[in-house]
Amino acid sequence: MITVTGARKAYGSFAALDGVSIDIPAGSLTALLGPSGSGKSTLLRSIAGLEDLDEGRVVIGGEDVTQVPPQKRGIGFVFQHYAAFKHMTVRDNVSFGLRIRRRPRAEIARKVDELLEIVGLDGFQHRYPAQLSGGQRQRMALARALAVDPQVLLLDEPFGALDAKVRADLRRWLRRLHDEVHVTTVLVTHDQEEALDVSDQIAVLNAGRIEQVGTPDELYEQPATDFVMSFLGAVASLDGALVRPHDIQLEREPAGAVRTRGTAQVRARVERVVRLGFEVRVELLAEGSGDRFAAQLTRAVAQRLALRPGEVVRAWAPVHDEARPLPSTAGVAV
Amino acid sequence: MRTAPTTRLGLRLLALGYLVLLLALPIALILVRTFSPGVEAFLASVRTPAALSALNLSLLIVALVVPLNVGFGVATALALVRGRFRGRGLLQAVVDLPFAVSPVVVGVSLILLWGAGGWFGGVESLGFRVIFGVPGMVLATVFVTLPFVVREVEPVLHEIGTEQEEAAATLGAGAWQTFWRITLPAIRWGLTYGVVLTIARSLGEFGAVIMVSSGFPGVSQTLTLLVHARYIDDHNTYGAYAVATLLMGLAVLTLLLMTLLDRKRSTR
Repeated sequence: MITVTGARKAYGSFAALDGVSIDIPAGSLTALLGPSGSGKSTLLRSIAGLEDLDEGRVVIGGEDVTQVPPQKRGIGFVFQHYAAFKHMTVRDNVSFGLRIRRRPRAEIARKVDELLEIVGLDGFQHRYPAQLSGGQRQRMALARALAVDPQVLLLDEPFGALDAKVRADLRRWLRRLHDEVHVTTVLVTHDQEEALDVSDQIAVLNAGRIEQVGTPDELYEQPATDFVMSFLGAVASLDGALVRPHDIQLEREPAGAVRTRGTAQVRARVERVVRLGFEVRVELLAEGSGDRFAAQLTRAVAQRLALRPGEVVRAWAPVHDEARPLPSTAGVAV
Repeated sequence: MRTAPTTRLGLRLLALGYLVLLLALPIALILVRTFSPGVEAFLASVRTPAALSALNLSLLIVALVVPLNVGFGVATALALVRGRFRGRGLLQAVVDLPFAVSPVVVGVSLILLWGAGGWFGGVESLGFRVIFGVPGMVLATVFVTLPFVVREVEPVLHEIGTEQEEAAATLGAGAWQTFWRITLPAIRWGLTYGVVLTIARSLGEFGAVIMVSSGFPGVSQTLTLLVHARYIDDHNTYGAYAVATLLMGLAVLTLLLMTLLDRKRSTR
């Protein structure tokens, strides 16, 4: 388990971490999610000891490691651009940490073969990194990090440099690997789909602070702030409130529409109706405010309504009670 | 761009003629003059005690200058690329100084500093002779060859970044282990290239070395000084050609080595 308390880090006048505290449960896979510049990578690098915090503490497995160099933190780190040792074969890359630790030769050979089999690089022992694809290099980097039996595995945008297909394959593979190996894992990503797909727990960061920590479901269903809501999944602005496009319901203008509590509603003109396979997107222009937004309907509902461009409808959606400013206790622990 | 065949031919002849006239012809002439009396005469001329002593001295200087430049060059390149300290811009400029300053000026300033009556002239009274001794020649050669290793290693360090070193640190490697196992292998081609340039320039340096050498045949003459002495002082033109050819041979050997290494580098 990893505990970070009150972490602060500034680069000149830019606050990369502005008082971050988080608990990462042992054996979990936690994603640090946020836009670039939100501090997620700095937080990860601080846990690794690759950055020194200005303030705050890092505890790994009950030991305060704030002043401990990265060599002695018992971590494995995987970099976005693989950081493969280019002049070494796959075997030498993976065995590097074990050779530094002067382990017996037979043990190293056994461990390397075992790991290469796990990451699916069996038979690639004598290749150089330049002879591997991006996905293979990253799996080699993962094997290299796992070879030293780290207490925690830290991944910094590990799939960021790969194309979309390889990315999706590799993250599912990572999830399966995690379910087998059970090492506490922290993954930095700016891709909400990736975070929702692989992690047990997501921490959303924004401007050097943690906005919310929770399971993927909690974050999606009960976002604590507008930022979290708009960062995870699509949103539309309805009468000033953020709602999910699939929560918007459309009705032909009834006489004297009633405004009920807990809903946002607006009169809007249909601009375009787009069929996207099993769902239909209706693009609308709010009357009055002139905001453009889109509603997502099922095919059946769309067929029943049979909307045409130019028609005026009433759009309404339930408003999440949770979409309020963050209470002061949030962002600390789960 | 399309050019008429005659224009193209003309341009090629011009370029070729220029190279022949300025580079190939002088060198060819020396080779012809050297070997026209036969290989025996050449060998005899480069085997005189003075010539052997000059060869040894030149190689000794190379052997002392290269490790100094490698150590300083790698350290400086690391500081320039990785360091965030005051005066980095100044260091950047100072490293290039030897490119700008004439070697003769280097020689004169070394005498001012280390010669009798100079700031550090006191070392001479302690029995350590800098000016008119080997240390002076080494200092002069270090000065003129200083930028080569730095400037060859620097871009490579930029290119490799710090990720590999950070990865090594997270895997448990200390600073020295990381340097020997990761950084040095990563910069080895740039370093090799810098060393080759240093060797070539050390062998060929004349202006700075002539100022700080006593120039005694068989004692303190390098190969370049010997060529000069034989030609100008002894009017032994043949002897000068022969040593010039030897010097050229060493240079060609170095260049050949460099090309081979270059080819090896591009196949990796």
